[in-house]
Amino acid sequence: MKNIVVIGGGIAGMEASAFLAAKGYSVDLIEKNDTLGGRLANWDRLFPTMRRGSEVTEFLAEGVMQEAVKVHLSADIVRVERHHDTFLLVTTQGNELHCDAILLATGYDLFDARRKEEYGYGIYDNVITSADLEQIFSSGRDILTQKGKKPSRVGFVHCVGSRDEKAGHTYCSKVCCVTGVKQAIEVKQQIPDAEIFNFYMDLRMYGMHFEALYKKAQEDFNVQFVRGRLSEAAENLDGSLALKVEDTLAGRPMKINVDLLVLLVGCTPSEGTRKMASLLGLKLGFNGFFKTTDQHTMTNYSDIPGVFFAGTCIGPNTITNAITDARAAATAIDIYLSGNQLANRKMKPHEEFWLYPSH
Amino acid sequence: MKNFGYTRHTDRQIDFDATDKRLYQFVFDLEPSINLCIFCGTCAATCSAGHFTTLSFRRISLLLRRGMNDIVKKEIENCMLCGKCQLVCPKGVNTRNVILQIVKGIEKYEL
Amino acid sequence: MNYNHFVIPFAAGALILFAILVARYAYWIVQMPRSDRRKAWTGFFRPAFFRSLWEVFRESLIHKKVFRVNAMLGWMHMSFAFGWFLLIIFGTIETKFHKHKVFNMPYDPIFLRYFEHDEKQFFFSQGFSFVMDFLLLILLAATFLAIFKRIRSRFFGMKRTTRLILGDRIALYSLWSVFPLRFLAESFTSGLHHNGGFLTGTAGIAFSSFLPLQQLELPAWWAYSSALFVFFVFLPFSRYNHIPTELFLIFLRNCGIKTSGRFSGFTEFEIYSCSRCGICIDKCQLAEVRPQQTQAVYFLQQIRRNILQPQTTFNCLQCGRCTEFCPVGIKADTLRSIKRTDYSLEYGFSYKYAEEKIPPPALPVDVGYFAGCMTHLTPSIKIAMENIMKKAGVRYHFIDRDGTVCCGRPLSLSGNERQARLLMRENKYIIRNSGIKTLVTSCPICLRVFRESYDLGIEVLHHSQYLLRLAEEGKISLKPTDAVFAYHDPCDLGRGLKIYEEPRMLIARCGELLHTQQEKNEALCCGNSLADFVTPEPRKQEMRDHTLQELLLNNPDALITACPLCKKSLTYGSNVPVKDIAELVAENQ
Repeated sequence: MKNIVVIGGGIAGMEASAFLAAKGYSVDLIEKNDTLGGRLANWDRLFPTMRRGSEVTEFLAEGVMQEAVKVHLSADIVRVERHHDTFLLVTTQGNELHCDAILLATGYDLFDARRKEEYGYGIYDNVITSADLEQIFSSGRDILTQKGKKPSRVGFVHCVGSRDEKAGHTYCSKVCCVTGVKQAIEVKQQIPDAEIFNFYMDLRMYGMHFEALYKKAQEDFNVQFVRGRLSEAAENLDGSLALKVEDTLAGRPMKINVDLLVLLVGCTPSEGTRKMASLLGLKLGFNGFFKTTDQHTMTNYSDIPGVFFAGTCIGPNTITNAITDARAAATAIDIYLSGNQLANRKMKPHEEFWLYPSH
Repeated sequence: MKNFGYTRHTDRQIDFDATDKRLYQFVFDLEPSINLCIFCGTCAATCSAGHFTTLSFRRISLLLRRGMNDIVKKEIENCMLCGKCQLVCPKGVNTRNVILQIVKGIEKYEL
Repeated sequence: MNYNHFVIPFAAGALILFAILVARYAYWIVQMPRSDRRKAWTGFFRPAFFRSLWEVFRESLIHKKVFRVNAMLGWMHMSFAFGWFLLIIFGTIETKFHKHKVFNMPYDPIFLRYFEHDEKQFFFSQGFSFVMDFLLLILLAATFLAIFKRIRSRFFGMKRTTRLILGDRIALYSLWSVFPLRFLAESFTSGLHHNGGFLTGTAGIAFSSFLPLQQLELPAWWAYSSALFVFFVFLPFSRYNHIPTELFLIFLRNCGIKTSGRFSGFTEFEIYSCSRCGICIDKCQLAEVRPQQTQAVYFLQQIRRNILQPQTTFNCLQCGRCTEFCPVGIKADTLRSIKRTDYSLEYGFSYKYAEEKIPPPALPVDVGYFAGCMTHLTPSIKIAMENIMKKAGVRYHFIDRDGTVCCGRPLSLSGNERQARLLMRENKYIIRNSGIKTLVTSCPICLRVFRESYDLGIEVLHHSQYLLRLAEEGKISLKPTDAVFAYHDPCDLGRGLKIYEEPRMLIARCGELLHTQQEKNEALCCGNSLADFVTPEPRKQEMRDHTLQELLLNNPDALITACPLCKKSLTYGSNVPVKDIAELVAENQ
């Protein structure tokens, strides 16, 4: 029986393992944390449905429960050897895993908001990130300021660490805009008296029903959208935050105080991605995510035969798309291992870097 | 003159074809990064001079493209070239050189 | 009198060279401000003269600063300069002994071997032949090294060499041929008359075995003399112009003349003292990231050829590394600042709004804190400073808590000195009005202009200096930790104001300070200098990454700096925390 090692036990890794096992392969699923579910495990409700994230994780866990999937928790890869068309991977526990294909599902990391010092994360008590807010939601705690007061005004800052040349992340993280809208609604649901302001430079409601969620936020929850990217935040004596932002549509700089400021942090290439790239000798794309063989037709394929990608290790994506992508990767691996002619198709090489002429 | 009871308003539209875009072209040729601007306004709210005056790099960047050079010329006088706008710009616009080139262009075309 | 027609090229070349130099230097001296000229005249009678001689020996002959860059490069320069110098000295002495006359023709030492080949022994004649041949050997080796350097510059510690213009090339090739031709000419003569030293004598015997020396002797001397002619005539129009000019520059500098705010006769001496050795090219971080020829050597070359582009003037970090490493000590960064004022814009900036004055403190206090524009984007620094001062019980006034006008240095760096002065006037009023006695700032850019152009009449300190004082006075106590740190010297604080030790002493009180490859006066720039108006953002980030690579080489726990701009720039590229010295102090208090 052919064996596949899936690296990363997030949603993409879980679903790909399930599909590969169902296709009759034996799978080793490597996860560095002590639970499966990846970043979704820290997320409370999902846009645009407001379904609990845990429901999705449970659904995916059912697939992983198959006998053919062997889950290695708190495990990491320390060494990779390539022998012709098979691989040997050694884990931190000292397990030697022989396999015929590797699926990388190393996901993403969150942008470290402390790098945007002018926003005050890690400096001012009442500046939190979207991930922190999600943690508050899933813990069931009340949303309170550091001094235990119910915030009467909450600000959301879009594009923190995304589309930012200075922060070194020039791409759009795709999911933060709609997350901002979703979280604004949730805060309003919990504190109906609160005023909510979302500061944005562009709102990218690209997915199905995202626009409807945006409209809902305006119509039913009175969320205010201010077109202006936050310039600076400063702390007032009472711990509230004085924001400096240009109301670009009014054409004037605006001073506004909020009790709580939420930074919608973007996605960055994960530590695991960098590590696996160096262990396997894989190229990273300009933005630091894995470089796929083709941008249109071969996004699951790496330049090494037998090594595949799934999920957000190739770029920011939604849960929906990450799951779909995992299934596509499983199919690609199946075609590759069955020796089907389809696996030999080639695209003329494309040049990602023409988009980045200055590099 | 007899007052007929109405006043004439000037047209509020930007008559795009009638405005003077030479200044924008001049700046663009020497500092193409001006066209990276997405008018997010980060520059304007952080501006040291914007604290006291109407200076907004975002507006300058926009009005320049529309050929509304009168306002550009008036506002730019307040700039101290301190560089805060350049530091916060998410798109890497070389704002200080844009300002210098605008001033040069104003001299060149005697605007 | 010794004479042959072949001495004419040499003599003519030497005369032309002399005439051009005298005319040129006289013109420059006239152009110098009267006060500078007076300093120069009196300099002859002051210790400055002897200091100059010593410096000439150290730098023009031995090339100590070039040795600092690379030993091979230093050796090559020293061989040419000191070797040739000794050849002339010994040649002259030899001639005097030989002819028992104090006066003889100036070309005599050059062509002595041709004219004097009798077996007549004189005092130490064997010794002279040996020394002269030995020096010639050194110079031949130097010529070989020079040619080799053009092919393999990396061998001499140089990644890039200067692109030469035509005048340079002609002078270069004539210089390369001078010593080999002298060797041939002397060998041929000694082959005929058996009078050479260990080198020319041996070679002469060897040549005589297969060459018709009778026919070749005179052409060889003609060629030698002609090579000297070409070199002399092209010298004033080439890089070798630095040889005579540098002597004047060293003297004038030792007389206390400085590069002031405008171009004058003195700056001409500076500009023409550039030897285009190209050391500044590798030291310029812009050379790593952009192909543009904007380094000090090209900037000076463009001025000399009168083809200076504004692009070159404004494409410079003004980090001062070129000046730091320049073997001639040319203040290229200052020259560039001066050149920028040529582009000063008539259409003005106006800062009348600043008339809305920042109010003075309610109660009089001694210490004023000026965060600076950039520090408002790195709030950790100002928060740390406030915490420290509160804890130390310092009563202070936060001058620009709600912002103020810019210090003026950024405008000054753009060449708009007049407008910068307007800003300075506003700020000066605000600072004076606050009644403080000590001004503390977190921004080295502000600090530099406060010290150099404000004339405030009060003490102006960088916060690292102030914090060290607080620590030394026992007002704050620092707890040492096991952490290891690397320190990045900001350009304006380090090379600009020579403040290297205070931040390091503070770091040493908080943990271990690692050394970095290039530090203090050699430190790299963070890439985000406000002086550069041309370099695009991605290129700046590339420079920053090079700098970080060096700073983080020994895996420090945190990277410490002392400038908000450096901090902001380094933070986005660093994988370890980047902190200002004030934050470090606040954390370890």
